[in-house]
Amino acid sequence: MIGEVITATFIISFLAATLRMAVPLLFGTIGEAFAERSGILNLGIEGMMLMGASVAFTTTFYTGSLWLGVGVAALVGILLGLLMAFLTVTMGAQQHVSGLGVFFLGMGLSFYLYRIFVGELGGVPPTVTPFRPIYIPLLGDIPVLGPILFQQYVLVYIALLLVPIAAFIFDRTTLGLQITAVGQNPKAADTAGINVFRIRYLCLMVAGALSAIGGAWFSIAQSSMFLPLMTAGRGWVCIALVVFGNWMPYRILIGALLFGGIDALQTSLQAVGVAFPYRILQMLPYIFTIIVLVAVARRATYPAALLKPYRREE
Amino acid sequence: MGLGETVKEMPIVVMKGITKRFPGVVANDNIDLEIRKGEIHALLGENGAGKTTLMNILYGLYTPDAGEIYVRGKRVTIRSPRDAVDLKIGMIHQHFVLVPPFTVTQNIILGMKFPRGILNLEEAEKKVAEISQKYGIKVDPHAQIWQLSVGEQQRVEILKALFRGAEILILDEPTAVLTPQETKELFKTLRSLAKAGCAIIFISHKLDEVMEISDRVTVLRNGKVVATKKTSATNKRELAKLMVGREVVFRLRKARAKIGRPALQVEDLHALSDRGLPALKGVSFSVHEGEILGIAGVSGNGQRELAEVIAGVRKATSGKVLIFGQDVTNRSPKEIIDLGVGRIPEDRLQMGLITDLTVAENLVSEVHEKFSDKFFFLPAGIFLDHAQINNYAEKLISEYKIVTPSRDALTKTLSGGNLQKLILARVLAQNPKILIASQPTRGLDVGATEYIRRKLLEQKKKGAAILLISEDLGEILMLSDRIAVIYEGKIMGILPAAKAKIEELGLMMAGTPLSKIRGGRK
Repeated sequence: MIGEVITATFIISFLAATLRMAVPLLFGTIGEAFAERSGILNLGIEGMMLMGASVAFTTTFYTGSLWLGVGVAALVGILLGLLMAFLTVTMGAQQHVSGLGVFFLGMGLSFYLYRIFVGELGGVPPTVTPFRPIYIPLLGDIPVLGPILFQQYVLVYIALLLVPIAAFIFDRTTLGLQITAVGQNPKAADTAGINVFRIRYLCLMVAGALSAIGGAWFSIAQSSMFLPLMTAGRGWVCIALVVFGNWMPYRILIGALLFGGIDALQTSLQAVGVAFPYRILQMLPYIFTIIVLVAVARRATYPAALLKPYRREE
Repeated sequence: MGLGETVKEMPIVVMKGITKRFPGVVANDNIDLEIRKGEIHALLGENGAGKTTLMNILYGLYTPDAGEIYVRGKRVTIRSPRDAVDLKIGMIHQHFVLVPPFTVTQNIILGMKFPRGILNLEEAEKKVAEISQKYGIKVDPHAQIWQLSVGEQQRVEILKALFRGAEILILDEPTAVLTPQETKELFKTLRSLAKAGCAIIFISHKLDEVMEISDRVTVLRNGKVVATKKTSATNKRELAKLMVGREVVFRLRKARAKIGRPALQVEDLHALSDRGLPALKGVSFSVHEGEILGIAGVSGNGQRELAEVIAGVRKATSGKVLIFGQDVTNRSPKEIIDLGVGRIPEDRLQMGLITDLTVAENLVSEVHEKFSDKFFFLPAGIFLDHAQINNYAEKLISEYKIVTPSRDALTKTLSGGNLQKLILARVLAQNPKILIASQPTRGLDVGATEYIRRKLLEQKKKGAAILLISEDLGEILMLSDRIAVIYEGKIMGILPAAKAKIEELGLMMAGTPLSKIRGGRK
């Protein structure tokens, strides 16, 4: 039976799906890396993703413009990032609590706004025309590689491009050095004349924008509709992935592809109709998350100031 | 002494009427201070006198509630360290502010601007090397901070300031963490910087150092300036009196006590640090009843691990700990306490006390099961008897003169000296036969220090065996009967305090075994 399933077509479509599944994870995890490198654990990420999915859909639904949907999602993500920053940086609140607050807010608000602007949940939900894969001339014709790499969504390319950009910012720019310093020893950064508050605000805004775009993927690229809780915990997976990736973009890419692969495997297997309880397949990414965290987290070198509010006059 | 001849008259920094209040205290009360170009100006005072607060204001970390600051004759407002750096002010904090996983160069350039925001580490490294050569400050620009010794880290801090063009250099208790040799090296650096025209502000509460290094000295007490003097025109006794407000006894009389049987023996002890690296590499010594054995050494050489292994909170990988001949290696802390071992932990706030509990609760935290009664059919040991606890606490608070609003006050509201008294009261009330005192007076002011030291000597006179672990060589010399020096987890030698020479101890603290020092001489 296995032999019938594992065909060349299956492998090609599985690898292409792997890349697609990795997209929201990449957006979310790179964003989370910005937040955590600056010392803030952004537990609100799942809520930010849901809000991204909701407003991207609604915007596209009314305007017909997918890119406007992405833009509005990013904007709303920035606002939620600002809220998280206000709570944890300005007010010095516990990051766990604030993060969970932002998550619940995002979760609730994403249904609520959808109901106000689009309609009651239930029945057949309305749809938009989602993003379509683009075909890159010539390259797209290469056998095997073509369908995997060069017949993809623009958002896939943007997500992949984020990796070297983030790596360059972290490793080769003064801003990156400042972000890392703020997350390792905010006092050292402060005395070196770096504005700790501004860096943390900035990083949370980046985290918010990126994770909301990651959320938009679900409603206007992967599918054509908004469903409650449609991100299905991918935000939480991102929080695990950033540890797996040791806060380094290239390792995060590996992690995102690994998780994307498992996700793709279960959908691909379901699609070809393997006689296996699909609920078990659906569990795979989450089981894998737990395994990876148990294996990796003990050795992870967390940013030293993660979770610690910074106050000057103490 | 010093560089009186190079002192120019123009004040580079003038602080006028500086006042800073914190909830409940006036840290700086109408302070005037004048710093001149090319001088080393000591800021002397007890802990809590307001020295660091004043300098944090000059460095822009705090904003003053009142007062004016003039730099190079111009009135300035310093809102952040960035403003201070722009005014060519640099500060070396007591606790270094370095980023451990970064390299020396990364730390030095942190917060500096680069064209288009893109780092050029190669060029920065070259510049760092240049400056370190110019001022004769040796550091490897590629090394990561966590690999460096404390003395080297301090040099990185100084380089960091110089790299930013600092002409006014503030050093907050810079010698607290250094060996005598490293201190000498630092003083040489400071003198050459002053000669090059830097103004150096040297915060300290150590009189000997102030006398040795400074050109002028300003004494602070309770947030006020009590005097500014030319160092050459004053002396240690006068400064001490200004600082404390009364005559100070410099020498405590070491009471003779009858040396009894060995109480605590440690044999070839090995243990790992938190990082999993060997921290103790075969430590052996014994402490007798009625004796104080001082463990000298620069912090981070295994002292903490040693105290923890003896107290049972860290596992020994091999070797033995004996208490009155009984092997207690790797027993639980509770069993060891019950054998009569008391411990003053190194870190009062982290290890010694639960600061969110009340004073009374902390006083009974190690013996709370003794304050329990039967409750109906339930046995003793479940419910606390608060009336008994309160009586006990009241007794200790008055006996040990712990200054607290009440026995029910949260422990975190107490000052450092009173926290230490609380720990001391808790330990000594159990009449320990063996006492492990780690850094018992670190961070305390002269009065509290004197009190704690007296209590330790009293305990010894009663026949307790005391292991005194301290970075303060003066304290070790003052209190110990014998001195052992620890370096990288090994004992470099043990010698009677009466015969110990500072230079020898210094060499041992830097890693030369006693046998080699003495052997080399013959």
